[in-house]
Amino acid sequence: MSKLTVNNLSCQRGYNLLFENLSFNLNPGEILRISGQNGSGKTSLLKIISGLNSPESGSITYNQSKANSEKYQLETLYLGHYASLSSELSCIENLEYLANLSTEIVSPDFHKALREVGLKNYENELVGQLSAGQKRRVALSLLFISQSKVWLLDEPFTSLDSDGIKIIESQIEKHCLKGGICILTTHQDSNIKNLREISL
Amino acid sequence: MNIFLTTLTRDLKMAFRNPSSFLNPLMFFVISISLFPIAISPDAETLSNIAPGIIWVITMLSVLLSLNSLFHYDYDNGVLEQVVISHQPLSLILLAKTTAHWILTGLPIIVLSPLLGMALFLDSNSIYILILTLCLATPCLSLIGSIGASLVVSIKNSGMLLSLLILPLYIPILIFATSAVSQSQFGLPINGQLYFLGSILIVSLMTAPFVSAIALKISME
Repeated sequence: MSKLTVNNLSCQRGYNLLFENLSFNLNPGEILRISGQNGSGKTSLLKIISGLNSPESGSITYNQSKANSEKYQLETLYLGHYASLSSELSCIENLEYLANLSTEIVSPDFHKALREVGLKNYENELVGQLSAGQKRRVALSLLFISQSKVWLLDEPFTSLDSDGIKIIESQIEKHCLKGGICILTTHQDSNIKNLREISL
Repeated sequence: MNIFLTTLTRDLKMAFRNPSSFLNPLMFFVISISLFPIAISPDAETLSNIAPGIIWVITMLSVLLSLNSLFHYDYDNGVLEQVVISHQPLSLILLAKTTAHWILTGLPIIVLSPLLGMALFLDSNSIYILILTLCLATPCLSLIGSIGASLVVSIKNSGMLLSLLILPLYIPILIFATSAVSQSQFGLPINGQLYFLGSILIVSLMTAPFVSAIALKISME
């Protein structure tokens, strides 16, 4: 069974111990919300689970693949604080590059993905000319083409209006109904059903 | 290899849409070299004696000026995070970015060098050797520079630190390149210098992308 296992994770930044001995399992279809005050280590935890940072101690495995392994990286999609978009490139060019970095996005229909997030006719618009909310929508349109099983979303609803939040929440629910796993951090109230929560 | 070409095209496309990012170091290269005849002497002999040193020092400073932006922009907007956690080989992506950097800084310097060599009264044979040394050594400047740029990517205003890290590594290139051009002015053999520059290029090409990848992962922690 493809489950995500976080075992005895500890993280220290400078002299601050952010969390220690953190363990949890996520089965296919589960959504986990990480909550906590500013600076409590939510982003650090997501970065560790994505394989971007290393923990002080502990381990993360998904489907018997360890974090940092190529197989693990193929199964995970991480969207961080920043939209990962370049201002000089158009929405489509940005998505094409991000898709190239992850082969789990197969035969992508970028136009459809942008339509889904309400950015029809913005395909060739330079990202630098979009508003913060539109940029966030472009980045989140990856959720409509990604085939990765584990989604790690750091503050995905930042800058989004209520319609945008609904679109993304519904996409997260669809992903988990298909057996995917999602871990997200957000300070906003969420209408996602069957949300598990851990607090740091 | 696909990711190499994709990254290379992306970086070049971005640079041409925001040309100031690579034109500033080039302008610095042209302007500073053209100021030397005014500041020192318009005498052909004096200028041709110091021309190899001038052109090579200014080349290094121009490359150093442009190195700061090699990874910073992608770090600030989060693209570098996606690059690091991608399953694609990080060293190949960094080699593509370094190649784009060389095309935008080293290559224009090579193209402009005959003109500036003539302005400093270099003879045709010395200009030919100057181009040869630039062809061999400017890729090394970008490759070695990429290691320093990866190390300081997460540090704000790291220009000074980058120079301190990288300049000592540039010194052997400066010595061999300037001595090759100077010796060619007197008709002396320059094979040794060219072999050294060639071997520095091969070693940097073989190692710099991997070292940059390790340095970048450490910096992103």
